[in-house]
Amino acid sequence: MNDVVISQDQAFAAEVAHWLAENFPPSLAHKNPYPYINDAEVAAADPDYGVWLERIIAKGWGAPTWAVEYGGAGLTPAQDKILAREMAKIGAFNPNRSYGQMMLGPTLLEYANDEQKARFLPPIARGQVRWCQGFSEPGAGSDLASLQTRCVDDGDAWLVNGQKIWTSNAHQADWCFCLVRTDTSRKQGGISFLLIDMRSPGIEVRPIVLISGTRHFCEVFLTDVRVPKENLIGEINRGWEIAKRLLQYERDSLAGNRAELPGLAEVAKTYLGVDERGRIADPVLRQRLIGHAMRAEAYGQTFRRVQDESRGGGLSTAVSVLKNLGASVSQERAELVLDIVGNHGLGWAGDGFSEDEIEATRAWLHSRAYSIYGGSQEIQNNIIAKRVLGLPDMAGR
Amino acid sequence: MARLSEEQTMLRDAAADWVRECALVTEFRRLREIDDGTGYSTELYAAMAQMGWTGILVPERHGGSEFGCLGMGLVLEQLGRQLVASPLLDSAVAVVSALVLGGSESQQQRWLPRIASGEAAATLAVDEGTRHAPHAIATTAARTAQGWRLDGTKRPVSHAMAADLLVVAARMVAQDGTSAGTGLFLVDAAADGLHRTRLHEIEPRGAAIVEFDGVTLAPDDVLEGGDELLERVLDRARACAAMEMLGAAQQAFETTLEYLKVRTQFGQIIGAFQALQHRAAALYGELELTRSAVEAALQALDADAGDAPAKVSLAKALAGETFRNVVAEMIQLHGGIGMTEEHDAGLYFKRARTADANYGDAAFHRERYGALHGY
Repeated sequence: MNDVVISQDQAFAAEVAHWLAENFPPSLAHKNPYPYINDAEVAAADPDYGVWLERIIAKGWGAPTWAVEYGGAGLTPAQDKILAREMAKIGAFNPNRSYGQMMLGPTLLEYANDEQKARFLPPIARGQVRWCQGFSEPGAGSDLASLQTRCVDDGDAWLVNGQKIWTSNAHQADWCFCLVRTDTSRKQGGISFLLIDMRSPGIEVRPIVLISGTRHFCEVFLTDVRVPKENLIGEINRGWEIAKRLLQYERDSLAGNRAELPGLAEVAKTYLGVDERGRIADPVLRQRLIGHAMRAEAYGQTFRRVQDESRGGGLSTAVSVLKNLGASVSQERAELVLDIVGNHGLGWAGDGFSEDEIEATRAWLHSRAYSIYGGSQEIQNNIIAKRVLGLPDMAGR
Repeated sequence: MARLSEEQTMLRDAAADWVRECALVTEFRRLREIDDGTGYSTELYAAMAQMGWTGILVPERHGGSEFGCLGMGLVLEQLGRQLVASPLLDSAVAVVSALVLGGSESQQQRWLPRIASGEAAATLAVDEGTRHAPHAIATTAARTAQGWRLDGTKRPVSHAMAADLLVVAARMVAQDGTSAGTGLFLVDAAADGLHRTRLHEIEPRGAAIVEFDGVTLAPDDVLEGGDELLERVLDRARACAAMEMLGAAQQAFETTLEYLKVRTQFGQIIGAFQALQHRAAALYGELELTRSAVEAALQALDADAGDAPAKVSLAKALAGETFRNVVAEMIQLHGGIGMTEEHDAGLYFKRARTADANYGDAAFHRERYGALHGY
């Protein structure tokens, strides 16, 4: 790297730091961004979040690497990394991260035509439209390509009939990027990628209550839904390739979800007490906590190393590896927190339990989803075996 | 892989080329057959010195290149892949670090050029019993009117049989009998009262029991820095050892992966079986975690970062666990052939156990990591 590039980077870092100091609301520092990002009601309840979203969008940093004409700021991958690093320094986050911004947007940039990009990208970059992902179906989970939601040519529009499930936040979504079957004679080769307005007649959304009490996963029923012809992305029956690409972006975003969290030593000492040498009193749990802290640190190091190696551009084959490691580290943490709080981790609501305890219990219940959503642990292992390790499949390929 | 400078890339590539051309695991087998107790081939070690690897941590004014711990790690990773046996870790990492971090100008002048040129080999003597316990050393160095008197027994001391110099960790006792902490002492292997007994171990590494029976040392045979110096020296050795282990583990994994792609049973390439694919994928994930931790530790040492000790323990612990895990799977996935002396799997299996124990095993470093982080 030459001196000119380094000094330009330094200048940009200084510009970013200055802008953040003036614009990022301190009340949001080091907060977990996901409740805001995942739930429109939580976002609407915090005026500082609204201010932050408005400011970052005006700056074009809601989708920093997208072209200015699409509502971004046209940052280079290197600048994007600098922006992320400066935000991390002060505990800031991009409030415009969403399914649209993280998954659909990058996919449209690759596969959509110019009219579609001009129509769909700017509202994503400006945080004006909430998207949901219509992929899984009751009979198509890990075997996603067996999906059956039918899409037929009805003259001036597509006619869609079927059912989607595990559609996150469909009940709050304005639009859905959806996989539909346009040819029943071929499996992967009969799938198309369609954008559907959630206000279309014939769509019914029912939230699913999970073991943690959350209800942001939904069932979506589509009955004779008419979708304009121009909402099909890419070519008909070529949607599987687009879907695989989008799933890579999804794994990428999920792997990056797990920000480094504070160690559990202090909370463990509070609940368990200390021995005569000041160590966590329960020696077995202490060893497990140490083991977890080590894996968590090594995971963080791996995440940064992968980012560094990819130089901020494109997706690496390490995405599936990171997704599995990240899920296991997070699940381990959730289990350990419950082990620490013991009987106080059995509360669901009400008196007798602190807010943190209730939250820990809900987080523990929710954590089982980490190794299922975005492609289960087993599917990721299949991908690693095939694409990273080059192992053959049963047909000898 | 961390992003490397051009020089670092050249260093790594040179090591990889040399290992491929001159030091495949067949050389390691030959060494086992010769079995002369030294634990290495003087010809191969001379070649390494010729390429400057013995001087990577040595200051330029003493004949080295000052390429840093990551630079040394890059070479050791390549050597580890083919189980190349040499005193590089003990001599050019541990003892060189002791001299660089705690040696006087005259001590450095006396030993560093000879170690960097490969003319002399040296080793670090710390362990005494069944465990790596640098805070519970029994060997004593008693202050006398003339200098020091060294008494005690060290075992195992790797590459001790052929060493010219031993750097010995001993508990210092002042003339009034009070304890004065741990000191690192420069002891000539030819000193009177020093006895070496060869240890026949599963891994040929020139290990010995070294007894010090009233060995007389000069007043200035001690290095400056005490317990803190010992920790810093050990951390450099541990992180470099972890990188060598990672290289060996990586090779063991790749060899196993190749076997999964050619072995046929039930009319299938066995690598097509999902049960085996998922085990391979899990190992791959562990290797990635370990690589991140090891590289971060070496970089922290080079940057003299305050959290380097914890990062080193993380790296050494993960390297020990991953290496042992990979070689156990290597034998299992090869089946019966993996149990034979003819196959290389057993060599990697023995190396893993030995390397884990060296400079503190995974359990030691877990405990140390936990203590450093307040658990």
